[in-house]
Amino acid sequence: MNAIQMVLVVLVAFLAGMEGILDQWEFHQPLVACTLIGLVTGHLDLGIILGGQLQMIALGWANIGAAVAPDAALASVASAIILVQSGQGTKGIGMATGIAMPLAVAGLFLTMIVRTISTGIVHIMDADAKKANWRRINMWQWIDVCLQGLRIAIPAALLLAIPASTVQYWLGLMPTWLSDGMSIGGAMVVAVGYAMVINMMASREVWPFFAIGFALAAIKDLTLIALGAIGLAMAVMYLALESKGGSGNSGSDNDGTGDPLGDIIDDY
Amino acid sequence: MADQKIKLTKADRFKVMWHSQFLQASWNYERMQNGGFAYSLIPALRKLYPKKEDMAEALQRHLVFFNVHPYLVSPIIGVTLALEEDKANGAKVEDEAIQGVKVGMMGPLAGVGDPVFWYTVRPIVGALGASMAIQGNILGPILFFVIWNVIRLAFMWYTQEFGYRAGSAITNDMSGGLLQKVTRGASMMGMFVLGSLIERWVNITFTPVVSRTPVQKGGYIDWNSLPAGAKGIQQALIGQSNGLSLTKFKTTTLQNNLDSLIPGLAGLLLTFLCMWLLKKKVSPIVIIIGIFIVGVVLHVLHVL
Repeated sequence: MNAIQMVLVVLVAFLAGMEGILDQWEFHQPLVACTLIGLVTGHLDLGIILGGQLQMIALGWANIGAAVAPDAALASVASAIILVQSGQGTKGIGMATGIAMPLAVAGLFLTMIVRTISTGIVHIMDADAKKANWRRINMWQWIDVCLQGLRIAIPAALLLAIPASTVQYWLGLMPTWLSDGMSIGGAMVVAVGYAMVINMMASREVWPFFAIGFALAAIKDLTLIALGAIGLAMAVMYLALESKGGSGNSGSDNDGTGDPLGDIIDDY
Repeated sequence: MADQKIKLTKADRFKVMWHSQFLQASWNYERMQNGGFAYSLIPALRKLYPKKEDMAEALQRHLVFFNVHPYLVSPIIGVTLALEEDKANGAKVEDEAIQGVKVGMMGPLAGVGDPVFWYTVRPIVGALGASMAIQGNILGPILFFVIWNVIRLAFMWYTQEFGYRAGSAITNDMSGGLLQKVTRGASMMGMFVLGSLIERWVNITFTPVVSRTPVQKGGYIDWNSLPAGAKGIQQALIGQSNGLSLTKFKTTTLQNNLDSLIPGLAGLLLTFLCMWLLKKKVSPIVIIIGIFIVGVVLHVLHVL
Protein backbone atom coordinates (compact mmCIF):
# COMPACT_ATOMS: atom_id res chain seq x y z
CA MET A 1 0.00 0.00 0.00
CA ASN A 2 1.46 3.36 -0.95
CA ALA A 3 1.21 6.63 0.94
CA ILE A 4 -1.73 7.98 -1.07
CA GLN A 5 -3.73 4.81 -0.47
CA MET A 6 -3.01 5.02 3.25
CA VAL A 7 -4.25 8.60 3.39
CA LEU A 8 -7.41 7.60 1.53
CA VAL A 9 -8.03 4.66 3.88
CA VAL A 10 -7.75 6.98 6.88
CA LEU A 11 -10.12 9.40 5.14
CA VAL A 12 -12.71 6.66 4.57
CA ALA A 13 -12.30 5.67 8.22
CA PHE A 14 -12.89 9.28 9.26
CA LEU A 15 -16.11 9.45 7.23
CA ALA A 16 -17.28 6.15 8.68
CA GLY A 17 -16.61 7.40 12.19
CA MET A 18 -18.61 10.57 11.62
CA GLU A 19 -21.51 8.69 10.10
CA GLY A 20 -21.47 6.07 12.83
CA ILE A 21 -22.93 8.71 15.07
CA LEU A 22 -24.82 10.91 12.59
CA ASP A 23 -26.59 7.99 10.90
CA GLN A 24 -27.37 9.97 7.76
CA TRP A 25 -25.37 9.04 4.66
CA GLU A 26 -24.60 5.58 6.02
CA PHE A 27 -20.87 5.60 5.28
CA HIS A 28 -20.47 3.49 8.40
CA GLN A 29 -22.60 0.62 7.11
CA PRO A 30 -20.36 -2.32 6.16
CA LEU A 31 -21.71 -2.38 2.62
CA VAL A 32 -20.44 1.14 2.00
CA ALA A 33 -17.40 1.28 4.31
CA CYS A 34 -15.83 -2.03 3.19
CA THR A 35 -16.47 -1.25 -0.47
CA LEU A 36 -14.75 2.12 -0.13
CA ILE A 37 -11.75 0.60 1.67
CA GLY A 38 -11.58 -2.02 -1.07
CA LEU A 39 -11.80 0.69 -3.72
CA VAL A 40 -8.96 2.84 -2.39
CA THR A 41 -6.67 -0.12 -1.72
CA GLY A 42 -7.23 -1.68 -5.14
CA HIS A 43 -9.10 -4.73 -3.79
CA LEU A 44 -12.59 -3.65 -4.81
CA ASP A 45 -13.99 -7.21 -5.15
CA LEU A 46 -12.81 -8.21 -1.71
CA GLY A 47 -14.29 -5.09 -0.16
CA ILE A 48 -17.68 -5.63 -1.79
CA ILE A 49 -17.95 -9.27 -0.73
CA LEU A 50 -16.80 -8.61 2.84
CA GLY A 51 -19.19 -5.64 2.98
CA GLY A 52 -22.07 -7.85 1.87
CA GLN A 53 -21.29 -10.50 4.49
CA LEU A 54 -20.93 -8.00 7.32
CA GLN A 55 -24.02 -6.10 6.20
CA MET A 56 -26.10 -9.26 6.58
CA ILE A 57 -24.84 -9.57 10.14
CA ALA A 58 -25.34 -5.89 10.93
CA LEU A 59 -28.84 -5.51 9.43
CA GLY A 60 -30.53 -5.29 12.80
CA TRP A 61 -27.90 -3.22 14.56
CA ALA A 62 -29.38 0.11 15.56
CA ASN A 63 -29.00 2.34 18.58
CA ILE A 64 -32.35 2.53 20.30
CA GLY A 65 -32.62 4.22 23.65
CA ALA A 66 -30.59 2.37 26.21
CA ALA A 67 -29.90 -0.64 23.99
CA VAL A 68 -26.49 -0.08 22.46
CA ALA A 69 -25.78 -1.92 19.25
CA PRO A 70 -22.30 -3.10 18.32
CA ASP A 71 -20.33 -0.51 16.39
CA ALA A 72 -20.51 -1.24 12.67
CA ALA A 73 -18.05 1.51 11.71
CA LEU A 74 -14.94 0.17 13.44
CA ALA A 75 -15.86 -3.42 12.62
CA SER A 76 -16.16 -2.73 8.88
CA VAL A 77 -13.14 -0.47 8.50
CA ALA A 78 -10.70 -2.48 10.59
CA SER A 79 -11.70 -5.90 9.28
CA ALA A 80 -11.46 -4.64 5.69
CA ILE A 81 -7.96 -3.30 6.34
CA ILE A 82 -6.89 -6.58 7.93
CA LEU A 83 -8.37 -8.57 5.04
CA VAL A 84 -6.51 -6.47 2.47
CA GLN A 85 -3.23 -6.65 4.42
CA SER A 86 -3.53 -10.40 4.91
CA GLY A 87 -3.27 -11.05 1.19
CA GLN A 88 -5.50 -14.10 1.60
CA GLY A 89 -8.05 -12.95 -0.96
CA THR A 90 -11.61 -14.28 -0.78
CA LYS A 91 -10.37 -17.16 1.40
CA GLY A 92 -9.83 -14.72 4.24
CA ILE A 93 -13.37 -13.34 4.31
CA GLY A 94 -14.62 -15.78 6.94
CA MET A 95 -11.65 -14.90 9.09
CA ALA A 96 -12.28 -11.18 8.60
CA THR A 97 -15.95 -11.40 9.63
CA GLY A 98 -14.85 -13.26 12.76
CA ILE A 99 -12.31 -10.57 13.63
CA ALA A 100 -14.91 -7.86 12.98
CA MET A 101 -17.05 -8.87 15.98
CA PRO A 102 -14.67 -8.10 18.85
CA LEU A 103 -13.82 -4.89 16.99
CA ALA A 104 -17.50 -3.93 17.01
CA VAL A 105 -17.37 -4.15 20.78
CA ALA A 106 -14.19 -2.09 21.02
CA GLY A 107 -15.88 0.57 18.89
CA LEU A 108 -18.67 0.89 21.45
CA PHE A 109 -16.19 1.75 24.13
CA LEU A 110 -14.64 4.46 21.95
CA THR A 111 -18.09 5.95 21.26
CA MET A 112 -18.72 6.17 24.97
CA ILE A 113 -15.51 8.14 25.47
CA VAL A 114 -16.43 10.66 22.77
CA ARG A 115 -19.97 11.06 24.09
CA THR A 116 -18.60 11.80 27.52
CA ILE A 117 -16.34 14.48 26.04
CA SER A 118 -19.42 15.87 24.26
CA THR A 119 -21.15 16.35 27.58
CA GLY A 120 -18.40 18.80 28.47
CA ILE A 121 -18.65 20.49 25.11
CA VAL A 122 -22.37 21.34 25.43
CA HIS A 123 -21.53 23.30 28.55
CA ILE A 124 -19.15 25.40 26.49
CA MET A 125 -22.01 25.83 23.99
CA ASP A 126 -24.23 27.09 26.84
CA ALA A 127 -21.71 29.80 27.61
CA ASP A 128 -21.46 30.75 23.94
CA ALA A 129 -25.23 30.90 23.63
CA LYS A 130 -25.40 33.48 26.41
CA LYS A 131 -23.09 35.64 24.33
CA ALA A 132 -25.10 34.93 21.17
CA ASN A 133 -21.90 33.62 19.65
CA TRP A 134 -23.37 31.31 17.04
CA ARG A 135 -20.10 31.00 15.18
CA ARG A 136 -18.53 29.26 18.14
CA ILE A 137 -21.51 26.94 18.53
CA ASN A 138 -21.07 25.95 14.90
CA MET A 139 -17.38 25.40 15.52
CA TRP A 140 -17.92 23.18 18.55
CA GLN A 141 -20.46 21.15 16.66
CA TRP A 142 -17.82 20.56 14.01
CA ILE A 143 -15.15 19.71 16.58
CA ASP A 144 -17.53 17.17 18.05
CA VAL A 145 -18.22 15.45 14.74
CA CYS A 146 -14.49 15.41 13.97
CA LEU A 147 -13.84 13.66 17.29
CA GLN A 148 -16.29 10.99 16.19
CA GLY A 149 -14.39 10.72 12.91
CA LEU A 150 -11.07 10.36 14.70
CA ARG A 151 -12.62 7.59 16.80
CA ILE A 152 -12.30 5.36 13.72
CA ALA A 153 -9.53 7.14 11.82
CA ILE A 154 -6.93 6.72 14.57
CA PRO A 155 -7.41 2.95 14.99
CA ALA A 156 -7.32 2.64 11.19
CA ALA A 157 -4.03 4.53 11.03
CA LEU A 158 -2.58 2.35 13.78
CA LEU A 159 -3.59 -0.78 11.89
CA LEU A 160 -1.93 0.54 8.75
CA ALA A 161 1.23 1.11 10.72
CA ILE A 162 1.54 -2.65 11.30
CA PRO A 163 3.45 -4.03 8.31
CA ALA A 164 1.48 -6.41 6.10
CA SER A 165 4.06 -9.15 6.70
CA THR A 166 3.39 -9.06 10.45
CA VAL A 167 -0.36 -9.29 9.85
CA GLN A 168 0.19 -12.23 7.53
CA TYR A 169 2.49 -13.94 10.02
CA TRP A 170 -0.06 -13.71 12.83
CA LEU A 171 -2.95 -14.80 10.65
CA GLY A 172 -0.80 -17.65 9.32
CA LEU A 173 -0.66 -19.02 12.85
CA MET A 174 -4.44 -19.41 12.78
CA PRO A 175 -5.31 -23.07 12.13
CA THR A 176 -7.87 -23.86 9.41
CA TRP A 177 -10.35 -25.41 11.85
CA LEU A 178 -10.51 -22.08 13.61
CA SER A 179 -10.99 -19.96 10.48
CA ASP A 180 -13.52 -22.42 9.00
CA GLY A 181 -15.39 -22.51 12.29
CA MET A 182 -15.43 -18.72 12.33
CA SER A 183 -16.99 -18.65 8.85
CA ILE A 184 -19.71 -21.00 10.09
CA GLY A 185 -20.24 -18.82 13.16
CA GLY A 186 -20.43 -15.78 10.91
CA ALA A 187 -23.28 -17.34 8.94
CA MET A 188 -25.19 -18.02 12.15
CA VAL A 189 -24.51 -14.77 13.94
CA VAL A 190 -26.85 -13.01 11.50
CA ALA A 191 -29.66 -14.31 13.70
CA VAL A 192 -28.75 -11.99 16.59
CA GLY A 193 -29.49 -8.85 14.59
CA TYR A 194 -32.82 -10.24 13.42
CA ALA A 195 -33.71 -11.26 16.97
CA MET A 196 -33.02 -7.72 18.20
CA VAL A 197 -35.34 -6.26 15.59
CA ILE A 198 -38.10 -8.82 16.17
CA ASN A 199 -38.03 -8.20 19.91
CA MET A 200 -38.62 -4.51 19.22
CA MET A 201 -41.39 -4.91 16.64
CA ALA A 202 -43.28 -8.04 17.54
CA SER A 203 -46.91 -7.74 18.55
CA ARG A 204 -49.89 -10.03 18.24
CA GLU A 205 -50.99 -8.73 14.87
CA VAL A 206 -47.64 -8.92 13.05
CA TRP A 207 -46.68 -12.55 13.72
CA PRO A 208 -48.79 -13.90 10.82
CA PHE A 209 -46.79 -11.67 8.48
CA PHE A 210 -43.61 -13.19 9.84
CA ALA A 211 -44.89 -16.70 9.22
CA ILE A 212 -45.92 -15.96 5.64
CA GLY A 213 -42.58 -14.33 4.91
CA PHE A 214 -40.70 -17.32 6.28
CA ALA A 215 -42.74 -19.78 4.24
CA LEU A 216 -42.58 -17.83 0.98
CA ALA A 217 -38.81 -17.33 1.20
CA ALA A 218 -38.32 -21.06 0.62
CA ILE A 219 -39.39 -20.41 -2.99
CA LYS A 220 -36.01 -19.45 -4.35
CA ASP A 221 -37.43 -17.92 -7.53
CA LEU A 222 -38.81 -15.01 -5.55
CA THR A 223 -36.22 -12.23 -5.40
CA LEU A 224 -35.91 -9.94 -2.41
CA ILE A 225 -37.67 -7.22 -4.38
CA ALA A 226 -40.59 -9.53 -5.09
CA LEU A 227 -40.77 -10.50 -1.42
CA GLY A 228 -40.69 -6.85 -0.41
CA ALA A 229 -43.52 -6.08 -2.81
CA ILE A 230 -45.64 -8.92 -1.40
CA GLY A 231 -44.99 -7.75 2.15
CA LEU A 232 -45.87 -4.15 1.34
CA ALA A 233 -49.01 -5.15 -0.53
CA MET A 234 -50.22 -7.31 2.35
CA ALA A 235 -49.63 -4.57 4.94
CA VAL A 236 -51.50 -2.03 2.81
CA MET A 237 -54.37 -4.46 2.24
CA TYR A 238 -54.60 -5.30 5.92
CA LEU A 239 -54.84 -1.66 6.95
CA ALA A 240 -57.30 -0.80 4.18
CA LEU A 241 -59.61 -3.71 4.99
CA GLU A 242 -59.43 -2.92 8.68
CA SER A 243 -60.60 0.67 8.27
CA LYS A 244 -63.30 -0.37 5.80
CA GLY A 245 -64.84 -3.40 7.41
CA GLY A 246 -64.07 -2.70 11.02
CA SER A 247 -67.53 -1.44 11.91
CA GLY A 248 -67.84 -3.71 14.89
CA ASN A 249 -64.85 -3.55 17.11
CA SER A 250 -62.14 -1.97 15.04
CA GLY A 251 -59.10 -0.74 16.83
CA SER A 252 -59.65 -2.99 19.79
CA ASP A 253 -56.65 -5.01 18.71
CA ASN A 254 -54.45 -2.08 19.49
CA ASP A 255 -55.03 -2.10 23.20
CA GLY A 256 -53.09 -5.25 23.81
CA THR A 257 -49.46 -4.74 22.90
CA GLY A 258 -49.40 -8.44 23.66
CA ASP A 259 -46.77 -10.44 21.92
CA PRO A 260 -47.80 -14.06 22.41
CA LEU A 261 -44.46 -15.62 21.61
CA GLY A 262 -42.73 -12.96 23.68
CA ASP A 263 -44.97 -13.81 26.62
CA ILE A 264 -44.16 -17.47 26.28
CA ILE A 265 -40.49 -16.66 26.19
CA ASP A 266 -40.86 -14.42 29.22
CA ASP A 267 -42.64 -17.08 31.21
CA TYR A 268 -40.07 -19.65 30.36
CA MET B 1 -39.59 45.28 15.01
CA ALA B 2 -42.95 44.58 13.49
CA ASP B 3 -42.71 47.18 10.76
CA GLN B 4 -41.10 44.81 8.32
CA LYS B 5 -41.91 41.11 8.22
CA ILE B 6 -38.99 38.72 8.20
CA LYS B 7 -39.75 35.69 6.07
CA LEU B 8 -37.71 32.53 5.90
CA THR B 9 -37.08 31.76 2.25
CA LYS B 10 -36.94 28.32 0.74
CA ALA B 11 -33.14 28.64 0.64
CA ASP B 12 -33.07 29.36 4.38
CA ARG B 13 -35.20 26.35 5.11
CA PHE B 14 -33.02 24.19 2.91
CA LYS B 15 -29.94 25.34 4.82
CA VAL B 16 -31.63 24.35 8.05
CA MET B 17 -32.43 20.93 6.63
CA TRP B 18 -28.80 20.52 5.58
CA HIS B 19 -27.60 21.53 9.04
CA SER B 20 -30.02 19.12 10.69
CA GLN B 21 -28.02 16.22 9.28
CA PHE B 22 -25.53 16.98 12.03
CA LEU B 23 -28.16 16.63 14.71
CA GLN B 24 -26.36 13.83 16.50
CA ALA B 25 -22.80 15.19 16.22
CA SER B 26 -22.73 16.47 19.79
CA TRP B 27 -24.88 13.70 21.22
CA ASN B 28 -24.17 13.66 24.93
CA TYR B 29 -25.33 11.86 28.03
CA GLU B 30 -26.72 14.97 29.63
CA ARG B 31 -29.07 16.60 27.14
CA MET B 32 -28.60 14.32 24.12
CA GLN B 33 -29.29 16.17 20.86
CA ASN B 34 -29.58 19.69 22.31
CA GLY B 35 -26.41 21.00 20.64
CA GLY B 36 -27.45 19.51 17.34
CA PHE B 37 -30.90 21.07 17.48
CA ALA B 38 -29.52 24.54 18.18
CA TYR B 39 -26.93 24.04 15.44
CA SER B 40 -29.66 23.06 12.96
CA LEU B 41 -31.65 26.22 13.62
CA ILE B 42 -28.72 28.64 13.47
CA PRO B 43 -29.12 29.57 9.77
CA ALA B 44 -32.75 30.57 10.45
CA LEU B 45 -32.13 32.22 13.81
CA ARG B 46 -29.41 34.42 12.33
CA LYS B 47 -31.93 35.83 9.93
CA LEU B 48 -34.82 36.08 12.38
CA TYR B 49 -32.95 37.68 15.28
CA PRO B 50 -30.48 40.32 14.11
CA LYS B 51 -30.31 41.76 17.62
CA LYS B 52 -27.69 40.14 19.81
CA GLU B 53 -29.83 39.70 22.93
CA ASP B 54 -32.66 38.10 20.93
CA MET B 55 -30.20 35.71 19.36
CA ALA B 56 -28.74 34.80 22.76
CA GLU B 57 -32.22 34.04 24.08
CA ALA B 58 -33.10 31.94 21.07
CA LEU B 59 -29.91 29.91 21.26
CA GLN B 60 -30.39 29.20 24.94
CA ARG B 61 -34.03 28.30 24.29
CA HIS B 62 -32.94 25.48 22.01
CA LEU B 63 -30.05 24.12 24.08
CA VAL B 64 -32.42 22.26 26.38
CA PHE B 65 -32.83 18.50 26.42
CA PHE B 66 -33.89 17.08 23.08
CA ASN B 67 -33.91 13.58 21.67
CA VAL B 68 -35.72 12.10 18.70
CA HIS B 69 -34.98 9.90 15.73
CA PRO B 70 -32.44 11.74 13.53
CA TYR B 71 -34.79 11.93 10.51
CA LEU B 72 -38.05 12.47 12.35
CA VAL B 73 -36.57 15.67 13.70
CA SER B 74 -37.48 17.32 10.40
CA PRO B 75 -41.21 17.88 11.02
CA ILE B 76 -40.35 19.20 14.50
CA ILE B 77 -37.84 21.62 13.02
CA GLY B 78 -40.44 22.69 10.47
CA VAL B 79 -42.95 23.57 13.18
CA THR B 80 -40.28 25.26 15.28
CA LEU B 81 -39.29 27.40 12.31
CA ALA B 82 -42.90 28.51 11.85
CA LEU B 83 -43.20 29.41 15.53
CA GLU B 84 -39.87 31.23 15.68
CA GLU B 85 -40.81 33.18 12.57
CA ASP B 86 -44.07 34.32 14.20
CA LYS B 87 -42.20 35.25 17.34
CA ALA B 88 -39.58 37.24 15.47
CA ASN B 89 -42.37 39.13 13.72
CA GLY B 90 -43.80 40.26 17.02
CA ALA B 91 -46.49 37.66 17.67
CA LYS B 92 -46.84 36.63 21.29
CA VAL B 93 -45.32 33.17 21.27
CA GLU B 94 -44.18 32.19 24.73
CA ASP B 95 -41.00 30.19 25.19
CA GLU B 96 -43.09 27.56 26.90
CA ALA B 97 -45.25 27.16 23.80
CA ILE B 98 -42.20 26.39 21.68
CA GLN B 99 -40.86 23.95 24.28
CA GLY B 100 -44.29 22.37 24.56
CA VAL B 101 -44.51 21.74 20.83
CA LYS B 102 -41.01 20.27 20.71
CA VAL B 103 -41.56 17.95 23.65
CA GLY B 104 -45.06 17.06 22.52
CA MET B 105 -43.86 15.92 19.12
CA MET B 106 -40.70 14.22 20.37
CA GLY B 107 -42.45 11.29 22.01
CA PRO B 108 -44.77 10.08 19.25
CA LEU B 109 -42.27 10.76 16.45
CA ALA B 110 -39.36 8.94 18.10
CA GLY B 111 -41.62 5.88 18.25
CA VAL B 112 -42.27 6.04 14.52
CA GLY B 113 -38.69 6.48 13.35
CA ASP B 114 -37.21 3.32 14.78
CA PRO B 115 -39.65 0.77 13.32
CA VAL B 116 -39.89 2.55 9.97
CA PHE B 117 -36.26 3.41 9.27
CA TRP B 118 -34.08 1.14 11.39
CA TYR B 119 -36.29 -1.98 11.36
CA THR B 120 -38.00 -1.88 8.00
CA VAL B 121 -36.31 0.30 5.39
CA ARG B 122 -32.69 -0.33 6.34
CA PRO B 123 -32.94 -4.11 6.70
CA ILE B 124 -34.77 -4.32 3.36
CA VAL B 125 -32.49 -2.02 1.37
CA GLY B 126 -29.45 -3.42 3.19
CA ALA B 127 -30.39 -7.03 2.49
CA LEU B 128 -31.05 -6.19 -1.14
CA GLY B 129 -27.61 -4.60 -1.50
CA ALA B 130 -25.84 -7.25 0.57
CA SER B 131 -27.29 -10.16 -1.37
CA MET B 132 -25.84 -8.68 -4.55
CA ALA B 133 -22.56 -7.71 -2.89
CA ILE B 134 -21.91 -11.22 -1.57
CA GLN B 135 -21.61 -12.29 -5.20
CA GLY B 136 -19.13 -9.49 -5.78
CA ASN B 137 -21.58 -7.27 -7.61
CA ILE B 138 -20.64 -3.58 -7.32
CA LEU B 139 -24.29 -2.64 -7.90
CA GLY B 140 -25.05 -3.90 -4.38
CA PRO B 141 -23.33 -1.12 -2.42
CA ILE B 142 -24.24 1.50 -5.03
CA LEU B 143 -27.95 0.62 -4.93
CA PHE B 144 -27.93 0.63 -1.14
CA PHE B 145 -26.24 4.03 -0.96
CA VAL B 146 -28.41 5.69 -3.60
CA ILE B 147 -31.80 4.28 -2.57
CA TRP B 148 -31.19 4.99 1.10
CA ASN B 149 -30.09 8.57 0.64
CA VAL B 150 -32.81 9.45 -1.84
CA ILE B 151 -35.45 8.17 0.59
CA ARG B 152 -33.79 9.93 3.51
CA LEU B 153 -33.25 13.35 1.93
CA ALA B 154 -36.71 13.38 0.35
CA PHE B 155 -38.27 12.45 3.68
CA MET B 156 -36.37 15.09 5.63
CA TRP B 157 -37.08 17.89 3.18
CA TYR B 158 -40.77 17.22 2.63
CA THR B 159 -41.65 16.58 6.27
CA GLN B 160 -39.80 19.74 7.31
CA GLU B 161 -41.73 21.73 4.71
CA PHE B 162 -44.95 20.06 5.88
CA GLY B 163 -44.21 21.01 9.48
CA TYR B 164 -43.36 24.57 8.50
CA ARG B 165 -46.63 25.03 6.61
CA ALA B 166 -48.82 23.27 9.13
CA GLY B 167 -47.28 25.10 12.07
CA SER B 168 -48.43 24.16 15.52
CA ALA B 169 -51.66 22.71 14.12
CA ILE B 170 -49.63 19.60 13.35
CA THR B 171 -49.52 18.55 17.00
CA ASN B 172 -53.20 17.70 16.83
CA ASP B 173 -52.61 15.34 13.93
CA MET B 174 -49.75 13.69 15.76
CA SER B 175 -51.96 11.86 18.21
CA GLY B 176 -54.35 10.97 15.39
CA GLY B 177 -54.52 7.67 13.63
CA LEU B 178 -52.22 8.31 10.68
CA LEU B 179 -48.90 8.03 12.50
CA GLN B 180 -50.02 4.92 14.27
CA LYS B 181 -51.10 3.43 10.96
CA VAL B 182 -47.74 4.10 9.35
CA THR B 183 -45.94 2.53 12.29
CA ARG B 184 -48.14 -0.54 12.27
CA GLY B 185 -47.89 -0.95 8.51
CA ALA B 186 -44.11 -0.69 8.72
CA SER B 187 -44.00 -3.32 11.46
CA MET B 188 -46.09 -5.70 9.37
CA MET B 189 -43.93 -5.34 6.31
CA GLY B 190 -40.81 -5.45 8.45
CA MET B 191 -41.84 -8.70 10.11
CA PHE B 192 -42.69 -10.22 6.73
CA VAL B 193 -39.27 -9.36 5.36
CA LEU B 194 -37.56 -10.55 8.55
CA GLY B 195 -39.27 -13.89 8.22
CA SER B 196 -37.95 -14.29 4.70
CA LEU B 197 -34.48 -13.02 5.60
CA ILE B 198 -34.15 -15.59 8.36
CA GLU B 199 -35.08 -18.35 5.93
CA ARG B 200 -32.60 -17.16 3.33
CA TRP B 201 -29.64 -15.85 5.28
CA VAL B 202 -29.24 -17.60 8.61
CA ASN B 203 -27.16 -20.43 7.22
CA ILE B 204 -26.72 -23.51 9.33
CA THR B 205 -25.75 -26.70 7.55
CA PHE B 206 -25.57 -29.91 9.54
CA THR B 207 -23.04 -32.25 7.99
CA PRO B 208 -23.51 -35.58 9.81
CA VAL B 209 -24.47 -38.35 7.39
CA VAL B 210 -27.74 -40.01 8.31
CA SER B 211 -27.82 -42.80 5.81
CA ARG B 212 -25.69 -44.23 3.04
CA THR B 213 -27.52 -46.58 0.74
CA PRO B 214 -26.16 -48.20 -2.39
CA VAL B 215 -27.78 -47.08 -5.65
CA GLN B 216 -28.90 -49.92 -7.88
CA LYS B 217 -27.01 -50.65 -11.09
CA GLY B 218 -27.94 -48.23 -13.90
CA GLY B 219 -28.99 -45.60 -11.37
CA TYR B 220 -25.50 -44.11 -11.18
CA ILE B 221 -22.83 -43.13 -13.65
CA ASP B 222 -20.39 -45.99 -14.05
CA TRP B 223 -17.15 -44.03 -14.32
CA ASN B 224 -15.08 -47.07 -15.29
CA SER B 225 -17.11 -47.88 -18.40
CA LEU B 226 -17.12 -44.34 -19.84
CA PRO B 227 -15.27 -43.82 -23.14
CA ALA B 228 -12.06 -41.81 -22.81
CA GLY B 229 -11.72 -38.06 -23.51
CA ALA B 230 -14.41 -35.54 -24.36
CA LYS B 231 -16.82 -38.29 -25.38
CA GLY B 232 -16.75 -39.62 -21.83
CA ILE B 233 -17.36 -36.20 -20.31
CA GLN B 234 -20.31 -35.72 -22.64
CA GLN B 235 -21.79 -39.07 -21.68
CA ALA B 236 -21.30 -38.36 -17.99
CA LEU B 237 -23.00 -34.96 -18.26
CA ILE B 238 -25.91 -36.47 -20.18
CA GLY B 239 -26.20 -39.11 -17.49
CA GLN B 240 -26.23 -36.50 -14.76
CA SER B 241 -28.89 -34.41 -16.45
CA ASN B 242 -31.00 -37.56 -16.73
CA GLY B 243 -30.91 -37.77 -12.96
CA LEU B 244 -28.22 -40.40 -12.52
CA SER B 245 -26.33 -40.33 -9.26
CA LEU B 246 -22.66 -39.38 -9.38
CA THR B 247 -21.56 -42.08 -6.96
CA LYS B 248 -22.48 -45.64 -6.20
CA PHE B 249 -23.88 -44.63 -2.85
CA LYS B 250 -26.68 -42.22 -2.05
CA THR B 251 -25.74 -40.27 1.06
CA THR B 252 -28.33 -38.40 3.05
CA THR B 253 -27.09 -35.82 5.52
CA LEU B 254 -29.04 -34.57 8.50
CA GLN B 255 -29.46 -31.34 6.55
CA ASN B 256 -31.27 -33.11 3.67
CA ASN B 257 -33.76 -34.50 6.15
CA LEU B 258 -34.34 -31.13 7.78
CA ASP B 259 -34.76 -29.42 4.42
CA SER B 260 -37.48 -31.79 3.32
CA LEU B 261 -39.32 -31.03 6.55
CA ILE B 262 -38.96 -27.24 6.92
CA PRO B 263 -36.20 -25.41 5.06
CA GLY B 264 -34.50 -22.91 7.32
CA LEU B 265 -35.83 -24.47 10.52
CA ALA B 266 -32.47 -24.41 12.30
CA GLY B 267 -32.05 -20.71 11.53
CA LEU B 268 -35.52 -19.99 12.84
CA LEU B 269 -34.88 -21.84 16.08
CA LEU B 270 -31.56 -20.06 16.52
CA THR B 271 -33.33 -16.73 16.07
CA PHE B 272 -35.92 -17.64 18.71
CA LEU B 273 -33.11 -18.66 21.04
CA CYS B 274 -31.45 -15.28 20.52
CA MET B 275 -34.76 -13.50 21.19
CA TRP B 276 -35.12 -15.41 24.43
CA LEU B 277 -31.56 -14.62 25.50
CA LEU B 278 -32.04 -10.94 24.66
CA LYS B 279 -35.22 -10.85 26.74
CA LYS B 280 -33.24 -12.38 29.57
CA LYS B 281 -31.08 -9.25 29.29
CA VAL B 282 -28.08 -11.08 27.86
CA SER B 283 -25.99 -8.53 25.97
CA PRO B 284 -26.12 -8.96 22.17
CA ILE B 285 -22.34 -8.81 22.15
CA VAL B 286 -22.08 -11.78 24.50
CA ILE B 287 -24.50 -13.72 22.25
CA ILE B 288 -22.50 -12.87 19.13
CA ILE B 289 -19.21 -13.98 20.63
CA GLY B 290 -20.94 -17.07 22.02
CA ILE B 291 -22.27 -18.05 18.60
CA PHE B 292 -18.78 -17.79 17.13
CA ILE B 293 -17.42 -20.06 19.84
CA VAL B 294 -20.26 -22.56 19.33
CA GLY B 295 -19.64 -22.46 15.57
CA VAL B 296 -15.96 -23.30 16.01
CA VAL B 297 -16.59 -26.03 18.58
CA LEU B 298 -19.34 -27.74 16.55
CA HIS B 299 -17.18 -27.53 13.43
CA VAL B 300 -14.33 -29.25 15.25
CA LEU B 301 -16.80 -31.93 16.37
CA HIS B 302 -17.90 -32.31 12.70
CA VAL B 303 -21.51 -31.41 13.41
CA LEU B 304 -21.47 -28.31 11.21
